Amino acid sequence: MSTGAFSQAAFNRQLKKTYSWYVGGFLAFLFVLAILEQMGMPKAWIGYTFLFATIGLYAGIGIMSRTADVSEYYVAGRRVPALFNGMATGADWMSAASFIGMAGTLFLAGYDGLAFVMGWTGGYCLVALFLAPYLRKFGQFTIPDFLGARYGGNFVRTLGIIAAVICSFVYVVAQIYGVGLITSRFTGLEFGIGVFVGLGGILVCSMLGGMKAVTWTQVAQYIILIIAYLTPVVWLGIKHTGIPVPQVAYGPVLQKVGELEKKLNADPKEQEVRKIFKDRADAANANLKDPAKAYADGKAKLEQNVASLKSANAPADQIAAAEKALAAYPKDEAAAKAQWNKDKGLTARANPVRAHADPFPGKDEKARDIARLNFLGIVFCMMFGTAALPHILMRYYTTPSVQEARVSVFWSLFFIFLLYFTAPCLAVLAKYDMFTNLVGSSFASLPAWAAAWAKVDPSLLNISDINRDGIVQWAEVVIGGDLIVLATPEIAGLPYVVSGLVAAGGLAAALSTADGLLVTIANALSHDLYYKMIDPNASTAKRVTISKVLLILVAISAAWVTSYKPGDILFLVGAAFSLAASAFFPPLVLGVFWKRANKAGAIAGMIAGLGVCMYYMLRTYPFFTNMGVPKMDLWFNLNPISAGVFGLPIGILTIVVVSLLTKAPDRETQDFVEHVRYPSLKGDTVSTQAS
Amino acid sequence: MELSQRHHEYWRKNLVITAVLLGIWFVATFVVGWNARALNDITVLGFPLGFYMSAQGSLIIYVVIIGIYALYMKKLDKEYDVAEGEIE
Repeated sequence: MSTGAFSQAAFNRQLKKTYSWYVGGFLAFLFVLAILEQMGMPKAWIGYTFLFATIGLYAGIGIMSRTADVSEYYVAGRRVPALFNGMATGADWMSAASFIGMAGTLFLAGYDGLAFVMGWTGGYCLVALFLAPYLRKFGQFTIPDFLGARYGGNFVRTLGIIAAVICSFVYVVAQIYGVGLITSRFTGLEFGIGVFVGLGGILVCSMLGGMKAVTWTQVAQYIILIIAYLTPVVWLGIKHTGIPVPQVAYGPVLQKVGELEKKLNADPKEQEVRKIFKDRADAANANLKDPAKAYADGKAKLEQNVASLKSANAPADQIAAAEKALAAYPKDEAAAKAQWNKDKGLTARANPVRAHADPFPGKDEKARDIARLNFLGIVFCMMFGTAALPHILMRYYTTPSVQEARVSVFWSLFFIFLLYFTAPCLAVLAKYDMFTNLVGSSFASLPAWAAAWAKVDPSLLNISDINRDGIVQWAEVVIGGDLIVLATPEIAGLPYVVSGLVAAGGLAAALSTADGLLVTIANALSHDLYYKMIDPNASTAKRVTISKVLLILVAISAAWVTSYKPGDILFLVGAAFSLAASAFFPPLVLGVFWKRANKAGAIAGMIAGLGVCMYYMLRTYPFFTNMGVPKMDLWFNLNPISAGVFGLPIGILTIVVVSLLTKAPDRETQDFVEHVRYPSLKGDTVSTQAS
Repeated sequence: MELSQRHHEYWRKNLVITAVLLGIWFVATFVVGWNARALNDITVLGFPLGFYMSAQGSLIIYVVIIGIYALYMKKLDKEYDVAEGEIE
């Protein structure tokens, strides 16, 4: 269609122009704020300006993109060019956990944290090679659509809907948690309220315009988040390496970190602090053996101390100190036990510093092998989960052609890569800065950023003078992972504007991912469940309206679940990936690459994969076993987060075996597979593209 | 619909490039990850190689893999006359 080609080209030009103006406008906005800061604008105002300006901007794009057209609502009209779809996927992909948590995880875990860096990028190779072009050729609206068309019948489609809703919902809870965290930190609102305020920001982007609105806000959000992430790191990189591309130049810094780690482990003052922790932990362990006796003994000893000081007419301040120690003693045995159980955990702080670049540390060869296996297990699950998460795969329905879909995966990974290959470098630079500027400084004059953050939030930074020498030892510092990204601008000595920018970037990351997920869930329910199965005669207007209503309902229930703060975010995210890998990857990929795969095989495979994965998590993850699910031993020492390592192969095997045992799919299905394999087939009678 | 010989050839070539790129992906991910400790003894540009591969090197390889696939398939589509029109 020549007119179509013309309008697409004009549309592309228009897009490039619009977003160039947008980037220019955003930089000008930063510049003006920076000047205002110099002129004395209070920090709180800068924070609020960022919050309201960015949310207002997203809302503006969302409202301008409102639509009631089905194709626009579900797949953005299928005219998102590869480059822009790449940015939108990047924003969709990178959540609050990636933006704020990733560098912190790497800071704390060293090499072992890289499992997520590799997993969340390498998965795109699988998307590119196995899924994106074929799904685009299929050209409908959702992932259950593909399963329904390839294997036939509503049962497979229903399984697809269930799996899509389960993994997206688990994931969206983790996102809304992140939104609540940032909003509450930004504005000082309570967490529960922050969740619902953030939710408002999510809904204005997605509700009115569905995929169309989400796509164009995500492009805007990507631009903000990547500027926000790179600015402070480049600055810190120049400070420590002298080169503005620290991602390739931080090698010497990493070496210095290694030398400093050795120095820290040999330093007598550091050892003294670690010894204090070890003694406390040992004492707690000893007390816990017979808590009743230990409690009574401890109390008696303190009372006796007071009495003997008094009878010896000791100086008043000594008596006061002894009485204070007695008053501070736990009220009863239960309180004492709680205190000792907490102290038991201090053994972790008694350990020497782990070498940052050292893979799979462990006390012996066996422990190292287990660590290595779990590292690769996480990599495996994150990769195959990436290639199976419906909200990502759906994005490749929105490009204008199959070739554009292939190119679009390239841009997706490129834009994601920009952040992920920066995170390991940021972790090392931040560590070096802390080893050199924080360690050894005196408590009376801490670096400004450290003093400020320790005051704001002790869970992010806690420094206490354990051995009372007035000097900061590394063993006296406790860091929460999220600190690294949040405090980097101040560590690098940048103005407050950049801190506001970073918070706005984190918010953009959380909002964009939550939006993509909500649209996926609402589409699965409105399109696959309602339109395809309940009321195939529904008018297009009705379908879109139902989708909008569902979106709000899903969002509210997700926020409601989130306000209970359900546990460990990293596990939630990991679980979503393992579930998606087990349920979707086998039927999707075999559906394209193996014509013989049939309906019975797909049904059995999805149930087996999902079943094994959920079973393993239920029986091994402490959250469930503490609720009364009987606990079982780990298989091959693999942690519950990597349940997909079992679910995925079992899913593939089941599909193959059951398919071979049952009748081959009919001619029509085989033609369907041919149709999907070739970008364009002359004389092709199959037509799947929905508009 | 009957597929021609050339269609089968196209699909075979697609499978070959997919397998080759998947092989590179596997090496960059699991072979490198499995041997990370040993690779760390090699230093390149001041980096222990095992660490750098997992932090940056493998990521660069992933981007290149997808780029090669997109370019190769574009050429293959044209060669075997299965390319789409300018815009569908």
